[in-house]
Amino acid sequence: MSGAPALRLTGRVTIGGTAIFGPLSLEVPAGRWTCLLGPSGVGKSTLLRLFASLGDGVDFEGTVGASDNMPLAGRVALMAQSDLLMPWLDVTANVTLGARLRGTQQPRERALDILARVGLADHGTKRPDALSGGQRQRVALARTLMEDRPVILLDEPFSALDAQTRARMQELSAELLAGRTVLHVTHDAAEAARLGETVLLMTREGITPVASPPARVPRPYDSVETLAFQGRLLRQLMETV
Amino acid sequence: MKKVLHFASVALLGLLAWQAVVTFGDLPRFILPGPMLVFSTLWTSRMLIAEHAVVTITEVLIGLGLGATLGFASAILLVASPLARNLLRPMIVFSQAIPVFALAPILTLWLGYGLWSKVAMALLIIYFPVTSAFFDALMRTPVAWVELARVMNATPARILWCIRVPAAMPGFSSGLRLAAVYAPIGAIIGEWVGASRGLGYLMLLANGRAKIDLMFAALIVLAVLTLVLHAAVDAVCRRIWGG
Repeated sequence: MSGAPALRLTGRVTIGGTAIFGPLSLEVPAGRWTCLLGPSGVGKSTLLRLFASLGDGVDFEGTVGASDNMPLAGRVALMAQSDLLMPWLDVTANVTLGARLRGTQQPRERALDILARVGLADHGTKRPDALSGGQRQRVALARTLMEDRPVILLDEPFSALDAQTRARMQELSAELLAGRTVLHVTHDAAEAARLGETVLLMTREGITPVASPPARVPRPYDSVETLAFQGRLLRQLMETV
Repeated sequence: MKKVLHFASVALLGLLAWQAVVTFGDLPRFILPGPMLVFSTLWTSRMLIAEHAVVTITEVLIGLGLGATLGFASAILLVASPLARNLLRPMIVFSQAIPVFALAPILTLWLGYGLWSKVAMALLIIYFPVTSAFFDALMRTPVAWVELARVMNATPARILWCIRVPAAMPGFSSGLRLAAVYAPIGAIIGEWVGASRGLGYLMLLANGRAKIDLMFAALIVLAVLTLVLHAAVDAVCRRIWGG
């Protein structure tokens, strides 16, 4: 996607005087998939939320923004661990939620097109409770695509799925979100090894980049190269904790 | 079917116990009439009871409609405006410390003996449960939904209307279900205090003339009406909001 900016953050976060992370500095390259890998509780999600202007409950000292110095508000889409589907809306209405919330016209045609791309063409009139966990997360992906934002923030969106569904969702997301600036927070080394064009390791000490293999993402889950990378990431994780 | 059978057997058992108390306790009919007598009075006085029942139903339905609308609007106002919340919430809670029953004579004085003093009673008695249930549900919107909406550039008003209100409809439903049971109580109290029509008035009249069988017949009709109203509200809520 042209015009996808890089993301930058420098600073530290405290909650009621307790340090959460930092001071640290983070650069998320433009138009690429960046995995922010780290154990639970190091503030990965907090960091991601700062890019979405959702840092209400924390004290942030520093700067956060895009490389083009334009505000990030309105250029960001968010996908969380929970699918966040509205149970009273059908699948199509959930996909067009953004337009409904902004009070603009709901582009039905495009919604149906995107639903077809995530493989849910026949499910448009179903309610979320009639779908499986994997299907629900695909609706969430469709809703994210529908927003058509250059920056995509992913907060462990696949961690609640079973291994098979997760692998499929990773492939689908990598394909459909290609070209956007993706910041993907995860605690799963295997996931980072498959998806990260850039992999950043976040620990209590700060953020360190890890050199990733040259293969295009999504990397095959069973290739020697991916598995070796996964092992390397896990080792680095183990050494820091 | 199983449910109906269960209900029928419980009702039959209750009636048998009732008849047994009357027969073996040798109670005079002006103290406790037996079920047979009550049902025969219910049949012979059906036109009289129906006439008064229509009045009570009208009061209850208008009271329920107004109370639900007012409760809905109040809860939205309380959620939308922190100022309204700070000012009105203590007042609403304090108003609940006043027994509604004690207000009935004043309402009759202000609004007269007709329909509206009873509607006001029904409204007052259901306003708090509806407002409170809906308000609580509105305040419990999952934070993640609101955050998603904020990332999608929704204004607070759109978030309220498109997310918080629909998400709180099950709470509004439970308020309405309570209201369906409370509203007839309000109307009957209003009729006791001062009325010339309605089931409450009929019961008081029958009681005064020692026509206890008629009083019981009116009471049964009132109970059945309340149950039907509750079931109807429940069915509507389920159909529209699924809960």
